[in-house]
Amino acid sequence: MNLNVWLPLLVLASSLFAGLIIFMLDESRSRLRTALNLFAAAFKVVAVHYMAYRLLVHGEVHEVGFSMGLGFEFLLKVDFLSLMFLALSSNLWLVTTLYAVGYLEGSPNRSRFFGFFSLCVTASTGIAMAGNLITFFIFYEFLTLTTYPLVVHRETRQALEAGRNYLWYTIGGGSVLFVGIVWLHVLAGPFDFTDTGVLEALDPAHYSTLIIIFALLIAGLGVKAALVPLHGWLPVAMIAPAPVSALLHAVAVVKAGAFGIVRVVFDVYDREFAAGLGLLEPLALVAAVTIVFGSVRALMQTDLKKRLAYSTVSQVSYITLGVAILAPFSTVAAIVHLVHQGIMKITLFFCAGNIAETLGLHSIKDLGGVGRRMPVTAICFTVAAFGMIGVPPVAGFVSKWYLGLGGMDAGREWVVGIMVLSSMLNAAYFLPVVKTIWFKTPQKKWKIQRVSRFEAPLTLLLPALATASMSLLAGLWAGWTWSPLGIAKQIATGMGALP
Amino acid sequence: MESLLVLVPLAAAMGSFLAPGRGIASWGFLTSLVIPALATGLALDVYHHGARRVSLGGWAEPLGIHLHMDGLSVIFLLMTALVGALVSIYSTFFFDRESARHFWPLWLLMWAGLNSLFMVSDVFNAYVVLELVTICAAALAVLSGKTESLQAGLRYLLVAMAGSLAFLMGVGFLYAETGMLDMFMQSGGLQGGPVTAAAFGLMTAGLIMKSALLPFHFWLPPAHGEAPAPVSALLSALVIKGSFFLLLRLWVGVFEPAGLTYHGAYVLGCLGVLAVLWGSYQALIQARLKLIIAYSSVAQVGYLFLMFPLLCTVPEAPWAEKAWAGGTYQAISHGLAKAALFLAAGNLILSTGTDRIHYMKNIASRLPMTTFTLGLAGISLMGLPPSGGFVAKWMFMQAILESGQWWWAVAPVLGGLLTAGYVFRILGHAFLLAEKEARMLPVPFVLEKIPLILALASILIGFRAEEVIFMLQEHMLWTVEWEDGP
Repeated sequence: MNLNVWLPLLVLASSLFAGLIIFMLDESRSRLRTALNLFAAAFKVVAVHYMAYRLLVHGEVHEVGFSMGLGFEFLLKVDFLSLMFLALSSNLWLVTTLYAVGYLEGSPNRSRFFGFFSLCVTASTGIAMAGNLITFFIFYEFLTLTTYPLVVHRETRQALEAGRNYLWYTIGGGSVLFVGIVWLHVLAGPFDFTDTGVLEALDPAHYSTLIIIFALLIAGLGVKAALVPLHGWLPVAMIAPAPVSALLHAVAVVKAGAFGIVRVVFDVYDREFAAGLGLLEPLALVAAVTIVFGSVRALMQTDLKKRLAYSTVSQVSYITLGVAILAPFSTVAAIVHLVHQGIMKITLFFCAGNIAETLGLHSIKDLGGVGRRMPVTAICFTVAAFGMIGVPPVAGFVSKWYLGLGGMDAGREWVVGIMVLSSMLNAAYFLPVVKTIWFKTPQKKWKIQRVSRFEAPLTLLLPALATASMSLLAGLWAGWTWSPLGIAKQIATGMGALP
Repeated sequence: MESLLVLVPLAAAMGSFLAPGRGIASWGFLTSLVIPALATGLALDVYHHGARRVSLGGWAEPLGIHLHMDGLSVIFLLMTALVGALVSIYSTFFFDRESARHFWPLWLLMWAGLNSLFMVSDVFNAYVVLELVTICAAALAVLSGKTESLQAGLRYLLVAMAGSLAFLMGVGFLYAETGMLDMFMQSGGLQGGPVTAAAFGLMTAGLIMKSALLPFHFWLPPAHGEAPAPVSALLSALVIKGSFFLLLRLWVGVFEPAGLTYHGAYVLGCLGVLAVLWGSYQALIQARLKLIIAYSSVAQVGYLFLMFPLLCTVPEAPWAEKAWAGGTYQAISHGLAKAALFLAAGNLILSTGTDRIHYMKNIASRLPMTTFTLGLAGISLMGLPPSGGFVAKWMFMQAILESGQWWWAVAPVLGGLLTAGYVFRILGHAFLLAEKEARMLPVPFVLEKIPLILALASILIGFRAEEVIFMLQEHMLWTVEWEDGP
């Protein structure tokens, strides 16, 4: 065996074993637990980047698979798209771990929390590396199971209610996805993401079945991707601790759904074939509706985290919209937004968590004066919010620009209309928050919850600062070959979408 | 080796009956060392050399008694050995001296019965060992001596006896028709007239009564719910599988070749689907943990009966192998997961004194390992990957979609959702914070570990399905040409 086989396994194992060991650690060993967490996270980052280096520079393919005896292979195969998602999840895991350590300091059941936290990351790296639909499904369900204890972590009735809601949605979605996958398997036999054209080669008599299967797959994935009307669980799940929300919205659950949609359209059905079956039009429509609906609902929220949650519903669907428009630039936009949305949204959640933890503020109207009391947090929040609106040079602008270009290219001018409308709505719900933070005076006396040398504990401040800088840099250096945009362009070229 | 699988527990049962001293548990302990080793040896032998048949005492058929070992029997034997051994170790620490004196002889005798049931080749001996298992099971169910358990046990005994009698009558008809008892030779002699039909109906009815298929499920929840935890585990994991095993053997080996099963298979399939839905619904509304688990057995047994319409309606169906593997996987992963659940419930009762789920608050922090066990076993029951339950569901769904009998898909899909409903209902209560700290006794180390091992096993068998499925598909008795056979 060589590194090509070992690296994917190591990437999986780093968080899996960290999680299992953490479960067994006694509650009081918090230093050891933190050290283990950070070591595993850092190790994963290094391994992923080394793998990226080998793939991008030397063109070595990392692949490992074994038969489970069920007529399919359990296959991990790292392509450019996997790498993009892997880099996102490993880097954000590192910062979120740091954040969670600071956030949960002194609270009960931390062994359980960090154990499931690591397993959750294992699941999302598995999703990234899955080489076929069934392997993807295995990790997709694993993700559902490992996030449940995180959502109900607070053990209150409200949290359990949210957890139950979350489960009904995700397990329901999982069963629909399962039916779709088995059906596809029966129809076309086992095939990997890299075998394009398998479905096209089928007897045209099966095409109508393929349409039904596509609907099943998208419905199953759409639950996690929070496509309207399957988004109901997401705002309720806000009850979870801030690092969990950050992770759920940026890399884990929501992104797993979106990534799955990308895989299904690009690698299972192949875009042109899907377009030929007339599947992309309805998908684009659903995405457009979700974008507008999410923004409108966000506008109506008064709680900061709830507003952010509905904003996720809207922003994640940019990915789906990009996938559903048959144009090179929208492909680029869809892939690059996987990363951009992740880093911007996680920044926003980190900031919201900071404000709630330090000053005890949750409602938007109470945020006055935060800019003076917590300038760094406020700056990070502002950068990310501007990114969401699409103000250049923050990363979000790049996504929106390419999405609009793609729409024009494909002759779908309404996409530009949706972009403009959505940006206006984004501005309408983010700018008031930014304004309140910087220009309003405090409404009531703050209940200072944590006293520290800086505006907030460093473990809470640094992660926000790191992801905010990433959002800025990803936009500023978008032209660099190895920037998210650069890699997205390479992926699109590899698919034959770009010359 | 094969006969030792029966003789060792039989001898140990006698030993524990005659020498019920302080060391009574060591009889069980010894058996649980020997049986898994024997079963593994037999499994390896069948895996490498194929199915085989042994004539006891060297008497050739049709006079002598034969033991048949093929992929199916070996897999059931292995499951029984694993569950039996682990439950035996659990019981060593669980029962007080008075109960142990009754428990060990009965359980070891039942173990001997189960082992021979999985190797039996003629229908009359099948009746004898079935009866042995039934009587031991009913006696074990009333072990606690409480009024509720006596009532439940008596009802169980009556239903099971009725089932045995129906089976015996069927055996009589079958013998009258074919003049043979060996079930691997009978199918050729069946005429297909009213006598055959009567034999078919009576044997089937008797066996589904014992397997607790809807509408004959009513005895199961009280009997399994009221028995002591290790006994519930044995009854749910093993005893109902015994009669199911026999039913499968008869249908596929005897009645299907005679062309009898066509309509009956659809009826059994429909009853199975109804059992899945009804059992899961009942599990969702029960207030006691053990009753939830017991109703879950009603539902999980329902899945098994999907095998019949998939196997017995189209001769030589290309999807038969998948249905076959799916059903067997369902039986073994349910056995492991259900034993884990009942033992974990036993731990909760030891610790909190009750199994009402409303009193189960905060156990996620207080008994994390038991909670983890409940979760793991639940994953297998729900059929989420990668677990034994997932393999079952995957195989079943493939067979269902390939056969075009798509309506059966209701059971795995809706059943899986309902299962998730009751599993997470239990876990939800486990996570809930208690308003005031309830008194909880510590649970001994071994008692917490054993259910965890069983739950892990039910997950892990999902990782390597290859050998099991190979054995099921290649080494079946009906596909083997016997040198000395008929």
